Formats: sequence, C-alpha cells, structure tokens
Amino acid sequence: MENGEEMELIRELLYNSGEPLSEFYRWLHKAWAGFSVPPVFLDLMIQFAVAAAVFGFVAVNALWIIYYERKFSAKLQIRIGPNRVGPLGLLQTVADTVKLLIKEDINPSKVDRVVFILAPGIVFLGTFLTMLVIPFGNGLIAADLSIGILYILAVSGLAVIGLLAGGWASNNKYSLMGGMRSAAQIVAYEIPVLVVILGIVMLAGTMKMGGIVEAQAGYRWFVIYQPIAFLIFLIAANAEINRAPFDLPEAESELVSGFITEYSGMKFAFFFLAEYTNLFIVSAVAVTLFLGGWEGPFFPPFVWFIIKTYAVVTVLMWMRWTFPRIRVDHLMQFSWKYLLPIALVNLLVTAIVIKFI
Amino acid sequence: MEQKTAFEIQELTSDEYVLSMGPQHPATHGVLRILLRMDGEVVVNLQPDPGYIHSSIEKICENRKYDQVMPYTDRMDYLSAVSYNLAYALAVEKLMGLEVPNRGRHIRVILAEMNRIMSHLLWFAAYGIDMGALTPIWYAFRERENLITLIEMQTGNRLTHHALRIGGVKNDLPTGFVEGLNKFLENFNDMVDEYEALFIDNVIFKARTKSIGVLKKENAISYGVTGPNLRASGCDIDLRKLAPYSGYENFSFEVCSEKNGDSWDRCKIRMNEMRQSASILRQAIDTLPEGEISAKAPKIIKPTPGGCYAKVEGPRGEVGAYVVSAGTDKPYRVKFRSPSFSNLSALNEMCAGVKIADLVAIMGSLDIVIPEIDR
Repeated sequence: MENGEEMELIRELLYNSGEPLSEFYRWLHKAWAGFSVPPVFLDLMIQFAVAAAVFGFVAVNALWIIYYERKFSAKLQIRIGPNRVGPLGLLQTVADTVKLLIKEDINPSKVDRVVFILAPGIVFLGTFLTMLVIPFGNGLIAADLSIGILYILAVSGLAVIGLLAGGWASNNKYSLMGGMRSAAQIVAYEIPVLVVILGIVMLAGTMKMGGIVEAQAGYRWFVIYQPIAFLIFLIAANAEINRAPFDLPEAESELVSGFITEYSGMKFAFFFLAEYTNLFIVSAVAVTLFLGGWEGPFFPPFVWFIIKTYAVVTVLMWMRWTFPRIRVDHLMQFSWKYLLPIALVNLLVTAIVIKFI
Repeated sequence: MEQKTAFEIQELTSDEYVLSMGPQHPATHGVLRILLRMDGEVVVNLQPDPGYIHSSIEKICENRKYDQVMPYTDRMDYLSAVSYNLAYALAVEKLMGLEVPNRGRHIRVILAEMNRIMSHLLWFAAYGIDMGALTPIWYAFRERENLITLIEMQTGNRLTHHALRIGGVKNDLPTGFVEGLNKFLENFNDMVDEYEALFIDNVIFKARTKSIGVLKKENAISYGVTGPNLRASGCDIDLRKLAPYSGYENFSFEVCSEKNGDSWDRCKIRMNEMRQSASILRQAIDTLPEGEISAKAPKIIKPTPGGCYAKVEGPRGEVGAYVVSAGTDKPYRVKFRSPSFSNLSALNEMCAGVKIADLVAIMGSLDIVIPEIDR
C-alpha cells in the first residue's frame, strides 16, 4: 500500500530516535489509541501540531530578532532605538506587523499576477521548511532526518526561485536586476558553503543534525578543528541570505529595493519574515556545525542553543552595520576566486588528515 | 507635442535598455533624473535630466530689493547657505564700493568655514548611505549637530540661516559661541581621523572607489569642474588662495590636492579639507578683532548702474554671483554660477562602462546638491 509506506516514512521521521520528543510522540500515541482514534488521523494531527509549533516559533523569533537588530544597531549608531510602543519598545515590531497586516494589498496593474503573489510564499516556504531540522536541544527537533544538512542546503535553494520569480513578475527593471543578482549570488555562495559542510560531515561521519552535534560532545567543537571553514561558512552564509555587506539584490542606493520594490503589505512582510528567519537559521546551522550545538554547562540545552545562536546573530549584525556594500563583480570574484579554492584546499587537508591520522 | 529625451530618439541595440534613475530614487540625493543607457549592469551612456525642482530663483531676484534677495540665496545650496550669501553680498558690495569692517569679515570667514565642515560632514553621511554603509551618517550628524547648534545661537536658524547682510553680518557672535566652537574643535580632528579609518580606509570602500570614475585634469578643466572635484584631478586651484576674499589672505592653510582624480581621491580631499577648515576656524577665533560687524549700508540700496561678478570657494567649488544694476532699488539681473551644475555635466565622462553601483559611488563622490543645479 502506498499510503502505508508514506505513513511508515512519517513514523520513521518522527519516532526514529530515543529522545524526549519521540518519547512524547509515543506517549501521545498510546494515550490517543485508548480512544480508538485511527492512527493515520493521529499522525496527521501530530504533524500538524509540530508544524504549528514551528510556525509559532518562526513568528515569535522573527518579532524578537527584528527588535533585537533595531536595538543593536541603535547602540552602534549612538541612537536609542524603538522605545515608544510597549515597555522598552518591545511591542514595536508587533505594531509594525499589525500595520503591514491591515495595509491594502496592492497588485500593480502590469505585474504577472500569479507569480507575483506566489513569490513571497515560495521564499517563505523555503525558510520555514529549513526550520524543521534545526536541533534546538537534545531531541528537541521537529524531524531529525538522516540527511538533515543536505536537506537544509536543498530546501534553502528554494528561495532563489522565489526571489527570481518576484523580480521577474514585478515587471520593473530594478526588480529584475535584483532578482538576477540574487540568483547569481546565491548560486555562487552555495558552493563554498557546501564544500565547507562536506568537511564537517567527514569529521562527524553523519549528515544527521543531531548526530553532528553529538559528534562534538565533550567540548570537541568543530570550530577548533575547522577554524577556516567556520569563517568561510559565516561569510558565505551571510552572502547567501542577502544581508549587508552582501545585500546586493535589495541594494537600496542602487536598485531602490531590488526585488521587493513593488511589494507592499503582507507580501512584503513575508519577504521580511523570511529574511530575518534566515538570519536565525544561518546562525543556528553555524552553531550546530561548528559550536557544539546545544552543549554547555549549567543551563538546559535549549537555552545554550539559543544563547550561542544569538551570539552568532550578533556577529552577523555587527558586520552588517559596519561595512559598506560590496560591488557585484567583486562579490562574484570573492566567491569563485577566494572562498571556493580555500574551501577546497581545506576539504582536501581535512580528508588527508582523517585518512592518515 | 511631447518632447522626447535624447535616448528615446537614439536607437538602442538589442542588448541595451533605458533605465530611468530618478526623479524618485534613493541615490540621486534629491529630485534629479538620470537617463541611463544600460547593457545589463553596465552603464553605456547617461544623460542627467535636471529641472524637476526648478524654483526660478534668479527670476525672483529681479523683483526683489537688493537686501530682500539675500534669503533666496540661502535656498540654493541649503547645505552651506553662507557661500551663496557671501557671493551675492560681495558682488553687491563691490557694486556699491562698500568696505566691510574687519570683525564682520572675520565672522563671515568663521561662518563660511563652519558651513564648509557641515557640508562635508553631510556629504560623508550621504556617501555612506550611497555605499551601503548605514552607520557613518549618525556619527557625521552628531558632529554636524554641534555646529548647527552654534549657528543657531548666532543666527536663529539652523539650515538656511540668512546670516549675512549687505555690508557685514546680522549678529555679532553671541556669548558662549567662541567657547562652544573651541570645545567642538578640541576633538574634531580625532573624530575625522576615526571616521577616515572606519570608512574611507575600509578595504571594501577602497576596492569600490580606487581608480573608479577617473576624471582627467584636461577634462575637468574643460567641463568647468571646480572645488574638491577639480583638486582631486591634480589641479590645486582654490579661490581662497588664488583670489582671496573676505580676508582669507590672513589665514594660513593648505590647499588639499590629489593626483588620480578617482572617487577615492575626492573623498580623501574632503576629509583633509575638514581638517584645514578646522585649522582656519582655530586661527579665526584666536585672532578675532574688535570693532563693528557691519558697514553702514543705506536703507535703500541703489548701486550705480553696472555689473559685478564675485566668486567664492564654496564646499562644492566656485560659487559665483553676477549682479547687474540699472540704478534702481532692484537688481536688473542676478546670475548665479553653481558648481554642482558643472560638476554634474562631467558625470558622463566618468561613467562610461562602469557598473550601476559605481555610478552611484561616482555621483556621490561629486557631492551634488540638486536645488543648486535647478536654481
């Protein structure tokens, strides 16, 4: 039965580890089985609940991270930052979101309507799906796939389609240029990231996100063995999510707003949400791959994971608010001429060391 | 019939397209429209299309009395209002044969140099935004705010301050002004050093500005480029040294010049000019003479018929005012020479074959002010 196979796969995804979340699934399964609910129904419900939890986290995290960036940049820029809405301006992002929600949904008359509306959804989908394999704590992971890191690379590639589609559908020269830039940029920087991650996978011997963290147990964090790889990852990943100094697709002073020029209201909010969630994801992946994931003394694993992730987020923000924007051909050169060769040499050295030592 | 722009008439090849940059664009520093003939990201050709905020100031001046013209001159270069004030005042004083007392001339120099620093600081801030660095603007504005506060003490206004009058200045320096200026100058040089290290000497910044937008000396001269942009091309012409006015001959300062004429040189010059202006300000405070601040100008100014041209070195280059009198109480004709207009005309020379990002970097390094072009 095809349906049965699918369900097996879902169970495989859900229950394959002996960790707390799976325990919770099993417990739920037993409890509901007592009411003679069909298991298919039950699995779907659990899936739904997990999806809702992830979505909730994405939304709340984006709210917080935007507030954090505004306050952080204010500190760098001798300003105060938001301080009017709510205590310490904490509700500023909420107010902004509400404003975006109730704004008129404008579709300019000359846009390619279907693609124009789909594009923000695709961008957000890519981001949201990546969130599923982020290991927040020991077993606290929505789906610990055996190919976790490969899945992240694959799904984050979806964003290119969304950005390019948005740029094309806007029927605006600036948008198109932004879309083209983002496609070139993301493809160029995905390759160094991939090569760097290969080295980590070789060290860890697994592509499972949880497995990679466990391979670093006992404070043998991979950043110690792979410092160059860590730097390359930070730079390339920062470029991949289009943040300054690599924010060419939406370079304000050149392309007005790049691919989001024609977007407003909720559609703009989706791009924005995806952008800030991407920032979190990149940092979370950096923590998982290089900084020992949830490992740390005193605090529970989840807290450690968040602390480390926000430390990396802070570094990325610091970069953003300090550097001028890089030029488009320099950007390409930097990836193909410097990052990729260094990453390849790094991979080769790693392979030789693993083989002979 | 609708007027066609040059690019619409010219035929484009199949690879090219026309991009209309502005009048609403974040990098054009106001309402300037630039028609770009593009091949992908590369600018093949461009044509500035100014005139969107034309305010016909020169025409208005013909219907105002001589002293009523002065506030209008503020509005052309709102970043350094004193330079146009000064050019106009010098032209009218020359027509009338009026001699400004020493203290008045000194205060004019102080105000002009403060305006120069303010204008260069704002250029620094805006150039940061052009280059995608969003932080320099706040640092530059912090320094600029100190100066604006002092100017506000002196004139009552912050931006278009209408500080000068024909024959001198409106107000004497208020109490606390000299102390405030001294306090500002105390650590201003350190600040400039810091901003230069943070931004102008940044690796990315250098890669984006060095040997980009090169303006050769011959071209600069033939386009009538003046000010820091001309000095960056290896031509150390500064009207404060070449044709001293308002007592500039009494101050010692260096004319900053560079050789290559690229965007980076233009940036370097402005940073150095801020240091020089600070030095002039220090000297001016130390040697402030006592006495009248303004010559006794008649209530109704009626110069003898004739024309007079006066030029001053503004932050952007040669600011000139040509005033023609017909013997009445209103000028027959007032013509302003604005440096930004000539500087902008050289843009095409510098931008052939550059990327659109470079175009923004070059245009920012020219430091144009739109109301001055569209006066």
